[in-house]
Amino acid sequence: MTTETALSYPGPTPTATGEPPIVRGLLIALALAFLTLFLFVPLAFVFYEGLKKGFGVYLAAIAEPDALDAIKLTLLTAAIAVPLNLIFGVAAAWSIAKFSFRGKNLLITLIDLPFSVSPVIAGLVYVLIFGLQGWFGPGLREHDLKIIFAVPGIVLATTFVTFPFVARELIPLMQAQGTEQEEAATVLGAGGWQTFWRITLPNVKWGLLYGVILCNARAMGEFGAVSVVSGHIRGATNTLPLQVEILYNEYQFAAAFAVASLLALLALVTLALKFAVERRAHAQQLFPEIHR
Amino acid sequence: MVTTGLVVNGHGVPRSGAFVVDDATTSRADRSRRKRKRVLPGFGLSLGYTIVYLSLIVLIPLSAVFIRTAQLTWPAFVDIVTAPRVMASYRLTFGASLSAALVNTAFGLLVAWVLVRYRFPGRRLVDALVDLPFALPTAVAGVALTGLFTPNGWIGALLTPMGIKVAFTPLGVMVALTFIGLPFVVRTVQPVLEELPREIEEAAATLGATRWDSFRRVVFPVVLPALLTGFALAFARAIGEYGSVIFIAGNMPMVSEITPLIIITKLEQYDYAGATAIASVMLVVSFLLLLAINALQAWTRRRQGALA
Repeated sequence: MTTETALSYPGPTPTATGEPPIVRGLLIALALAFLTLFLFVPLAFVFYEGLKKGFGVYLAAIAEPDALDAIKLTLLTAAIAVPLNLIFGVAAAWSIAKFSFRGKNLLITLIDLPFSVSPVIAGLVYVLIFGLQGWFGPGLREHDLKIIFAVPGIVLATTFVTFPFVARELIPLMQAQGTEQEEAATVLGAGGWQTFWRITLPNVKWGLLYGVILCNARAMGEFGAVSVVSGHIRGATNTLPLQVEILYNEYQFAAAFAVASLLALLALVTLALKFAVERRAHAQQLFPEIHR
Repeated sequence: MVTTGLVVNGHGVPRSGAFVVDDATTSRADRSRRKRKRVLPGFGLSLGYTIVYLSLIVLIPLSAVFIRTAQLTWPAFVDIVTAPRVMASYRLTFGASLSAALVNTAFGLLVAWVLVRYRFPGRRLVDALVDLPFALPTAVAGVALTGLFTPNGWIGALLTPMGIKVAFTPLGVMVALTFIGLPFVVRTVQPVLEELPREIEEAAATLGATRWDSFRRVVFPVVLPALLTGFALAFARAIGEYGSVIFIAGNMPMVSEITPLIIITKLEQYDYAGATAIASVMLVVSFLLLLAINALQAWTRRRQGALA
């Protein structure tokens, strides 16, 4: 890493705005050492521990019935929470970016709220409403309906923590694009939905996909909020991150890290997709007519 | 004038370069919107849906915390939120969050600088992996860091002979919070460094400034708002963090028990009033931090706008 000989910073007078090679090398080494200690080693460790006892043990840990149930519940939760927040994100971005109204900035701040709330509190709020001592607790009990310590609670808590992802991506993007294209389509006789599907959606598709990818990663990986409302019932209300906790607390480290490595793989796929989509989105912004 | 807009990504962090916002277009669109009548359909439907969904999923549930807390008398509330065990948890949560955010501020600036200014093999891969803490589920981070830092783990085995204990101590909490907050400062400072006109450093050099002078007196003041924003974001995230911390903390009352864990413990004992009272304290802190972050981001945008 210190053998770099190319100019550090492309410019007309590199010596005036660049550092001596020795300083440059030291800074790069220090930055990489920090990232190695805090990022790369923990990531490698997950896969190492998961595979340490051999591939057979690894597969057995993942194919175990409780683990499979956890995978199913995690997929189900994401399959409900992500579309809900996708529809919301599109609606919110359409109203905020295409129209002007009072209180818009307040609305944007409120949409951001779930990001600044502790995941534990995100779970707690639903216990306060639907739990046994909650507002609707007694009523739900009468009708034998369960939300807390059951799948609906997990879906609700996940929806809360992933709430802003899609809206957060779409609002600035659609604001930057303005309303001229949509107005032209409307004047030419296109209906509302036609304008949306044929003008707006193609213009924002990469930003939308970016939001969905981040939303999905968080939905599948959420731990704190889900932990509060789950009740940790094996095979019933256990998601993959909760399964990692249970196995770890039972000192089944190989199995815990095998399941954890599935989630780490998901994280790596997320980063790769994010990287690819970022480039497409950038290209679409610069050359909209080519990248429609 | 085309400036890279401070587009905030899913984690509240401005991201560089993904979407380029054209200021001129925006203001033109804004102006035309004001002049003309609403041509586009769907305003009532989309805004109505947005407000109803926001209320159902976020606002009404969050208000439940304050409504529940209001049912307590003031002395009872004060008793709960200032109990010695709770006070110890605030000290740990805020202290460890502050130290972790400070570590991330220093190293985040370094990493952003190295990624923007230098070219080395694997730079793009490293750049992409900086976001790992956003994508990796917190429980996975928690078990991995714990495994590494226990006395017989890869890193713990190196530190134990030196008498440094990380796992199951407040230091472990700080390590986990450093991991969680790592991308924030990098991702807020990076776009500002990328946009920094090289000419101002050249000007400093022609006027006789050394590299260190021009970093300290030219570059640093420009990145300062972004640096503070990144610090505040990392700090805010660390305060509420749960998943990555509970494994490595050891969770000893008065020593290594974080505030979110106290909320969970009280809930598990069906002490709704206690859990809610402490949650309302944390929510107020979060709201204040959110306001501070919004103000810092506005400052960052103004600073960047003035330069571009």
